[in-house]
Amino acid sequence: MTSLVLPTTTLWWRECIRFARDRSRALSTIATALVFWTLIGFGLRGSFAPAGMPIDVGAVEYLFPGTVIFVVLLTAIVSTFSLIEDRRAGFLQGVLVAPVSRVAIVLGKVLGGSTVALFQGALVLPLALIVGIPITVGGVALALAALFCLAFALTSLGFVLAWRMESIHGFHGIVNLILMPMWFLSGALFPIAGAVGWLQTIMRLNPVAYGLVSFRNALYGTSTAEWVGPGLAWMFTIAFAVVMFAIATRSIRR
Amino acid sequence: MSTESRFPAVEVVRLGHRFGSKVAIADISLSVERGELFSLVGPNGGGKTTLLKVLSTLIRPSTGDARIDGVDVLADPARVRCQIGVVFQHPSLDEQLTSRENLRYQGHLHGLTGRPLGERIDRELSLLGVADRAEDLVRILSGGLKRRVELAKGLLHQPSVLLLDEPTVGLDPGGRREFWDHLRRLRSTHDVTVVVATHLMEEAEGCDRIAIVDRGRLVALGAPDQLRAEIHGDVITLETDDAGWLATTVTERFKSAATVIDGRVRIERPDGPSFVPRLAEAFPGRIRSITVGKPTLEDVFVHRTGRQFLDGDDD
Repeated sequence: MTSLVLPTTTLWWRECIRFARDRSRALSTIATALVFWTLIGFGLRGSFAPAGMPIDVGAVEYLFPGTVIFVVLLTAIVSTFSLIEDRRAGFLQGVLVAPVSRVAIVLGKVLGGSTVALFQGALVLPLALIVGIPITVGGVALALAALFCLAFALTSLGFVLAWRMESIHGFHGIVNLILMPMWFLSGALFPIAGAVGWLQTIMRLNPVAYGLVSFRNALYGTSTAEWVGPGLAWMFTIAFAVVMFAIATRSIRR
Repeated sequence: MSTESRFPAVEVVRLGHRFGSKVAIADISLSVERGELFSLVGPNGGGKTTLLKVLSTLIRPSTGDARIDGVDVLADPARVRCQIGVVFQHPSLDEQLTSRENLRYQGHLHGLTGRPLGERIDRELSLLGVADRAEDLVRILSGGLKRRVELAKGLLHQPSVLLLDEPTVGLDPGGRREFWDHLRRLRSTHDVTVVVATHLMEEAEGCDRIAIVDRGRLVALGAPDQLRAEIHGDVITLETDDAGWLATTVTERFKSAATVIDGRVRIERPDGPSFVPRLAEAFPGRIRSITVGKPTLEDVFVHRTGRQFLDGDDD
């Protein structure tokens, strides 16, 4: 077995190169998110005041962090589509017959997808200035860290799903079924505090909600949620990434 | 990396594998000597691919043992993976990367880096005549060139055994011939044993030894000439409307075993050409065509299995 670092790096690098050579993929995700944001944000502007927020924000500003995580979540999970192609072609077999640990294979793929997703998120992030969010350098670093955790978790989740999937068609369906509710119920569109009781319970069980709180906290440099403290939010955000990666690693072992 | 040369390059002992209730390999034993160009031939679905997957550590066989250079594929797959190069039927190159990039990541997977890696990449690409396409995206290469880059990739880490599964599928006859020329040339440029699975009998002709595998069983093993020599003389094939009657009558009248294979009558005779007029005279109007030929490996297959060599389902 060669070490973990070299194979992981080379598989990570492959993901990045592929992304760089396929710009349309990058742009379409960002465009989708921005269209959502603009339409919903300006549509709701007059009739929406987020409940239970310690800070005073309008609809357009409220929706901004959710827009960024949408870009990150979608890019992350879509990056694992290639795993299905890799399995159908001989690429993955080629990697499996090389003296490389299975952890390196998962890690390379997941880190690659996370990097790409984080990059996309970082492209959208400067729009915070236009919205009027007072971001600081330290805030940006923390915000990127939160985005990275979310990206890492979602790429791992995508890995687990794609590993079992025979066709990209089927995978599309599953991704919509899982990703959309996760995003809707994360606090991206409306604050948890304003939802009815049972929905609040579901939202509190959604790991993406904690990632979003961590991200929002980082942007504003203060606690932005009454229902969870910053420390706890971070813990769950990091745990989400670690647990999903562990599951992904297990799935390839079998 | 030719260590432990007292072991055969490949050794398979009473290997068996089943997928659910379907038997893919039933009790195959064979060994391949160091430096041989060895071919596994047989109809698709006959077990060749499964055998190669066992040798390349992708499948754990149900029963039996397999060793590469004396290293057990079950006990120590990690070491086996260092010793083998594999070219699959399905392309393993990333089409979005250039030839060089594909080889570079392959090198990294095998722990090679920097200058030594760069030199090896250059060497393999030029030996296979694709050095001038190193910086091209694989996507734009022709099928034949892709296969050669694939071969360079399989050889990059200097494996002692190269396993190829139907490497010429999808190539035109010219591309196929070219690919095999490269394979045969390997013995002078690399210290490597080559095992190729193919369903094309004519491809196997040029190998040192072949193993004919059918329905999971080993039906013949030896050098092509030696296998063909089993068939005494020539093979005569008759096309007729009533093969059953003709075969029985030929057998009775000429004391020469005639069999019906796939609707045709087949006779093995030492005196092929001179026997033809006698047949024509004996059955005027009943024979549509007569073919005489020196035995081919397909005849060996028919001789051993009693069936026509036809491709089954793709595996």
